[in-house]
Amino acid sequence: MSVGRPIPHDAAVLHVTGTARYVDDIPAPHDTLHLCFGLSDTACGEIVAMDLAAVRSAPGVVAVLAAEDLPNSADTSPSAHDEPLLATGRVHHMGQPLFLAIANSHLAARKAVRRASVEIREEPAILSIDDALAADSRFEEGPRFYRKGDANRAIAAAPHRLEGRIEIGGQEHFYLEGQAALALPQEGGDMVVHTSSQHPTEIQHKVADALGLPMAAVRVEVRRMGGGFGGKESQANALAVACAVAARVTGRPCRMRYDRDDDMVITGKRHDFRIDYRAGYDDDGRIRGIEFRQFARCGWSQDLSLPVADRAMLHADNAYLLDDVTIESHRLKTNTQSATAFRGFGGPQGMVGIERVMDEIAHALGCDPVKVRRANYYADAAPGDAAPAPAPLDDGRDAPADTHADLTSRGTTETRGQPAPPPSGAQTTPYHMAVEDFVLGEMTERLVESADYRGRREQVRAWNAGNEILKRGLALTPVKFGISFTLTHLNQAGALVHVYQDGSVHLNHGGTEMGQGLFRKVSQVAAHRFGVPLERIRITATDTGKVPNTSATAASSGSDLNGMAVKAACDTIRDRIARLIAERHQARAADVRFGGDRVHVGGESYGWEEAVRLAYENRVSLSATGFYKTPKLEWDRIAGRGRPFFYFAQGVAATEVVIDTLTGENRILRTDILHDCGASLNPAVDMGQIEGGFVQGAGWLTTEELVWTDKGRLATHAPSTYKIPACSDRPRVSNVSLWDGRNREDTIYRSKAVGEPPLMLAISVLMALSDACAACGPHYPALDAPATPERVLAAVRRAREGAR
Amino acid sequence: MPTTFLLNGAPVSVGGDDPTRTLLDWLRLDRGLTGTKEGCNEGDCGACSVVVTDGRGTRALNACILFLPQLDGKAVRTVEGVAGPEGELHPVQRAMIEHHGSQCGFCTPGFITTMAAAHLRGRTDHDDQLAGNLCRCTGYAPIVRAAEAAAAEPVPDWMRDDPARALSARPAATAAAAEEAGGPTAPSSDEAAPPHATAPADWGRRAPLAETSAACGADMAAHPTWVRPRTADELAAWYLAHPDGVLVAGATDVGLWVTKGLREPSPLAFIAGIEDLRFVEVGEDEVCIGATATLEDLRPAIAPLHPDLAELIRRFGAAQVRGAATVGGNIANGSPIGDLPPALIALGATLHLRQGDTRRSIPLEDFFIDYGKQDRRPGEFVEAVSVPRQTDRLRCYKISKRFDQDISALCGCFRITVEDGGVTDARIAFGGMAGTPKRARAVEAALTGRNWSQAAVDRACSAMAEDFQPLSDMRASAGYRLETAANLLVRYFHESAGTAARLLEVQP
Repeated sequence: MSVGRPIPHDAAVLHVTGTARYVDDIPAPHDTLHLCFGLSDTACGEIVAMDLAAVRSAPGVVAVLAAEDLPNSADTSPSAHDEPLLATGRVHHMGQPLFLAIANSHLAARKAVRRASVEIREEPAILSIDDALAADSRFEEGPRFYRKGDANRAIAAAPHRLEGRIEIGGQEHFYLEGQAALALPQEGGDMVVHTSSQHPTEIQHKVADALGLPMAAVRVEVRRMGGGFGGKESQANALAVACAVAARVTGRPCRMRYDRDDDMVITGKRHDFRIDYRAGYDDDGRIRGIEFRQFARCGWSQDLSLPVADRAMLHADNAYLLDDVTIESHRLKTNTQSATAFRGFGGPQGMVGIERVMDEIAHALGCDPVKVRRANYYADAAPGDAAPAPAPLDDGRDAPADTHADLTSRGTTETRGQPAPPPSGAQTTPYHMAVEDFVLGEMTERLVESADYRGRREQVRAWNAGNEILKRGLALTPVKFGISFTLTHLNQAGALVHVYQDGSVHLNHGGTEMGQGLFRKVSQVAAHRFGVPLERIRITATDTGKVPNTSATAASSGSDLNGMAVKAACDTIRDRIARLIAERHQARAADVRFGGDRVHVGGESYGWEEAVRLAYENRVSLSATGFYKTPKLEWDRIAGRGRPFFYFAQGVAATEVVIDTLTGENRILRTDILHDCGASLNPAVDMGQIEGGFVQGAGWLTTEELVWTDKGRLATHAPSTYKIPACSDRPRVSNVSLWDGRNREDTIYRSKAVGEPPLMLAISVLMALSDACAACGPHYPALDAPATPERVLAAVRRAREGAR
Repeated sequence: MPTTFLLNGAPVSVGGDDPTRTLLDWLRLDRGLTGTKEGCNEGDCGACSVVVTDGRGTRALNACILFLPQLDGKAVRTVEGVAGPEGELHPVQRAMIEHHGSQCGFCTPGFITTMAAAHLRGRTDHDDQLAGNLCRCTGYAPIVRAAEAAAAEPVPDWMRDDPARALSARPAATAAAAEEAGGPTAPSSDEAAPPHATAPADWGRRAPLAETSAACGADMAAHPTWVRPRTADELAAWYLAHPDGVLVAGATDVGLWVTKGLREPSPLAFIAGIEDLRFVEVGEDEVCIGATATLEDLRPAIAPLHPDLAELIRRFGAAQVRGAATVGGNIANGSPIGDLPPALIALGATLHLRQGDTRRSIPLEDFFIDYGKQDRRPGEFVEAVSVPRQTDRLRCYKISKRFDQDISALCGCFRITVEDGGVTDARIAFGGMAGTPKRARAVEAALTGRNWSQAAVDRACSAMAEDFQPLSDMRASAGYRLETAANLLVRYFHESAGTAARLLEVQP
C-alpha cells in the first residue's frame, strides 16, 4: 500500500546531495550562447532612439536583437497577445525588455546590455489604482459584477451598518531558482527547450509561434523547478522564446537565466488590491447585506489578470453564507510589471476582504470574532454524505475550436452556455453554486478546543491589561477554497505509462514538479494500482512529446488531475494483464488482484516481473495513455453563475501574535492549524504544503512589501530590500493537524488539493495583529497589509485616536 | 601567486588573472560542481553556501560574493563534498530526508552546507545558524526539526579538513614563505578559535615601511592588479603607493560592486589575511578591535561586556555574513545604515587610522562627514577602533521589516548615565536617520543635567526633529523614522525602569 503513507519527496536524496538538476545545471554543448535582456529605465513612453553599437562591440557579444530583428513577431503573453518579446515603439513599464544581447557568457551578456544608449520620450505613467481610475485605464470594458439578492436594500434595512477600505499589497514569488531556459536547435529547424516552467505546453505554443513552426516541431521538457508558486505559469515564456529565437538566429544552443534583480524587475507578482466594503448586519453579527468593490492593479499587460480577478470575486464570501451580496471588480491597467498568478490566484485577496469585515463587525459589536464568524458560516454538510462516482468518461474533449488562441492558458476567456441552476433550497455562494461539502463548523469547534482558544483569549486580555508596551493579539480565521480551474476546459489531464520487460514502470504525466511533491504522490498512485513497491516506478521529466496539450500545473489541481490520469493509464495496462492471467486460469478478469508485488488469481499468484514477461510474450501491449476530465463543472464567468468548482478545500487557523506599540514591530508566537486534505495521499507532503504555505502567506501579510518609486521603479528588487520570512520568523509554536475526512466528491482516493489553500490560513496573522492593535484603544485599527512595523504603528495610533 | 586551497579534500590551484572571479562562478562553470546554487548573487539567500575551514575554524560562507584570492590556504567543502567518499550521507543529509526538509530542493544544498558547518561546531542555536538561508517552500519548521535530529550525531571524519594540506600543495617557493608567516593550523573541532585574546603589543608601533616584507612586492610583480598583504605594514606601503586601490576584506560589500554593479575594481588588496589587524583586545581601560576582526570574532568577545551590541551583531548579519564581514569594513565603507557605527559611537569609540607611517586617532563620529564622504586621506586605512571600558548602559534598537539579516530602517543606540535620578551623560547615535551615522546631540543636551523622568524623556523626544530630517525610502517613511526614533528613547526609559519592552523575549 503506497497511497496514504508519509513517504519523502522522490528527489530528496538528490536535493540533499546537490545532484538534483535544474535548468541551469544541465550540461550544455560547448558552443552554447548566453542571453541577457536590455531593460527600459522608463515606465511609460516612446522609444525615440536605440543605439546598440556599443552593445554589439562589447567583449564576447555574438549578436544583438531588437524587435525589428526578430524573425516573427514574437509574443510572450498567455492571453491577449499584448506582450511583445521586445518592446515595439513604446515602453509600458520600467524593466520591460527592449533588446536581447547574445554572448559567450552570462556575465558578458549582462555587462554588454549596460552599454546601450536608449532614448525614451517619457510620458506620465499610470502607476497607482487612483491613477488608473482617474484615467479609466482598465482591462475589459468595465467592471464585472456578481450579484445575489439585493445587497443595497438589505444593507439599508439592517440594524447596523459599516463601511471601509482595506489596501492589500502584492507579493514577489521569490522562487529560489530564478527563471531559466535552454534551447537546443535540432535538424530541420525543430527546437528542444528545457525550461523552468509550470506550463510546458504554453512554452511549446509560444516558441512554435515565435519560430513559425507547428507545435509538433517543438518539444519542451521540464524536470523540476526550484519553486514556482504561480510565478512560472506565464513568466517563463519570455526566456524560452528568447532562447529559441536566438538559437534560430545563431544556429547555436542558447541559454538564459535572469539575475535576481532582473527577475524581480521584469516579472509579474501577486496583484495588489484595494477593497472597499459596505455591510449591514444584525446584533449577532450576521451579515444581512454586503457590497464589495475590488480594485486589482494588473500592470501593463493582461496576462492572467482576468481569471485572477474572477477568483478574487469567487472568494469574496470565503466561508460565509451571504444572501444579499454584490461584488464589483475593476481590473486596472498600470505601467508596472504585469501582475500574474501567485498561489491562491486572487483568492487570498478576496478572502482578506471579508475577513476584514468580520473583524470590524466583531469590534463594533464588542463580541468575540469567532462568534461573529460562526454566525455567518455556511451550514455543515450532513456527515457521511459522499457524492457518488460519476459515470464513465467519454473520450471526447469539448475544447473550443479557435486554434490560434492560447487554448491551454488560463488567460483564455471562454464563456459557456447556461449552467443549470443550483438545487432549490440549497445554500449558495454569491455565484449561485450550491455549497454541499462545508465542514468548517465542526473543524472550527475542534480547533477552538485543541488550541484552547477561549482560555487563551482570557490570557491575552490579562496580558494586555498588564503590559503597557507589548500587546498580544489572537485570531481564528477559516479558509474555504474552490478547487478547479475556473476556465472549465483546462480541467483535463493526460498520462503515459510504460511497463518494460523487466517490470520497471516508466511514469509520465502532464504535471510539473516545483517542490510540491506531485511526482511523489502520482508515483504512489501508480505503485498502488499495480500493487508494486515504489522502487519499480521511475518518475520522468514532464515532456510535451510524451503527454500533449497539458494544462499548467496550477490551481492546486496537479494531484487531482494527473493522479486520475495516471490511474486511468495504469488501470488500462493492469486490466490487460488481468485479462491474460484470467484466461490462463479460466477466471474472471475482475477477480485478478494486484498486490505485494504479485498478481493473484484464485489461489495462485505470479511475481510482478513474471506476469509482465508473460504479457509481453503473449503480445499484450504494456504501454497506455490515461486521460481524465473533472466532472460536474459548468460556469459562466460573465454572468457569475454556475459551478466553477468541483469541491472546496477547507482549513482553519488560530494565531497569536505580539506587537511593540512603540515601533510596530511584531512577531508570530503560536499557530494552531487544522486543515482538510480529504484522505491524504501523502500526509508528510501535505503537512509540508500546509506549514510552508502558512509561512509564505504570513510573509505576504507582514514583512514582504513591494515599493515602487514615484517614477515607477521597483525599489525592492532584491532580497536585501524585499524580505521574505527567514527561519526565525516562523511561529514559535506551530501545531498542525490534518482533518480526518474524505473528499465527498470522487477524487483520486478521495483526497483533496492542498497547494494553495494553506496560504490563506495566514490571514489569521493579519487579524491577530489587528486584534493586538485594537487592544491599544477604543477605535477600529483598520490595519492594512502588509503589516510592516510602520503600518502596525499607524494602526495602533488609529486605535488610540480614531481615523484622521 | 596562484591561489591554492582544498576543494572537497583535494588541493587545487587557480591562477590570478581574474581576481574578482567568484567562487560560485568558478565552481559551477569551471569545475562543473552545480550543486552550489545561485539564488540572489548578493549574499542574502544562502543558496550558494559552502563550508570554509582555515586556521580560525570552520564556517559557512556565501560563495557568490567570495573572490578566489580570498581562499588561499583554506579548505572549501561544497555540497558535493558533504557526503562521504563512499557516498555515505552526512547526518544532516539523512535528517533532511527523514524530516521532509526539502521541497523544491533549490535552497537545500545551501542549507546542507550551513547545517554541516554548524554541526561540526556543535552549534544548536539553529534559528541563528540558519538565518542566512532562505527557503520559500517549507516554512523552515521541518528543516529545524532535521537540524535538531542531527545534532547528536557524530561529526563524520571527512568533514575535518586540514587546510595545512593546501599549503603543502603550493609551489615550493611560496609554500616556504607561508610557513615563515606562521601558516594555518588544523582547526579545533568545536568552536572556531577565538581571535587573539590580546592584540599584538606593537600593533600601533610597527617598524617603518622600508622594512616590510618583500612578499607584497612580489605579489604585485606577478599580478599588477592585486596583492595579498600579510601585515599591516605591507598594506600601508602598498596603499600609499596605490591610493586609488580598493581594499577587500570580507567582500560582503565590494562583492556586490562586482556581482551587481558589474564593476571591475582595480588594483585590489585582499586584506582579510592580515593577522596583525585581526584581534579583539579586551584591556583594563579599553576594548580594542582590529580592522580585520570579523563580526563573528567580535560577537563572543563583546557579549559579556555589552550584550546588546552582541545581539545587534547577531541580527544584522547572518552567519555567512558575520564570518566574512569585518569591523573595519563596516566602518570604513561609510554607509549611513551600517549598524556597528551607531553602537560604537554611543560607546564613545575612537577610530585609529593609518597612512603610511602616520597614524592618527579621532572620535568615530568625526569620521563620517557626509553621505559618501569620510575623513579618510588618500592611502589611509582603518587600523582599529577602540571603546573605553565602562559600565554597560548600552541599548541597541534595530528597526527593520524582518528581524534577521535585514538592513535597518533606523538603528538607535543609547548609553545614558543616570546618577541619583539625574542624567549625567547621554550618548545617543542613530543609523538610517541621516546621510551618515550621527549623534542626536540636541536630544542628548535635552536630557543631560535633567531628572530621568517621563516628562524629561518626552521633552527630549521633541528635540529629535532638531537632530534629524530623515528621508523616505523603501524601508520606511520619514515620518515613521522620526516618530520611532523618539519612541526608542521612550523604550530605553521603560527598560531602565524594568518594564517589559523586548518583543523577542516574549514567549508563546
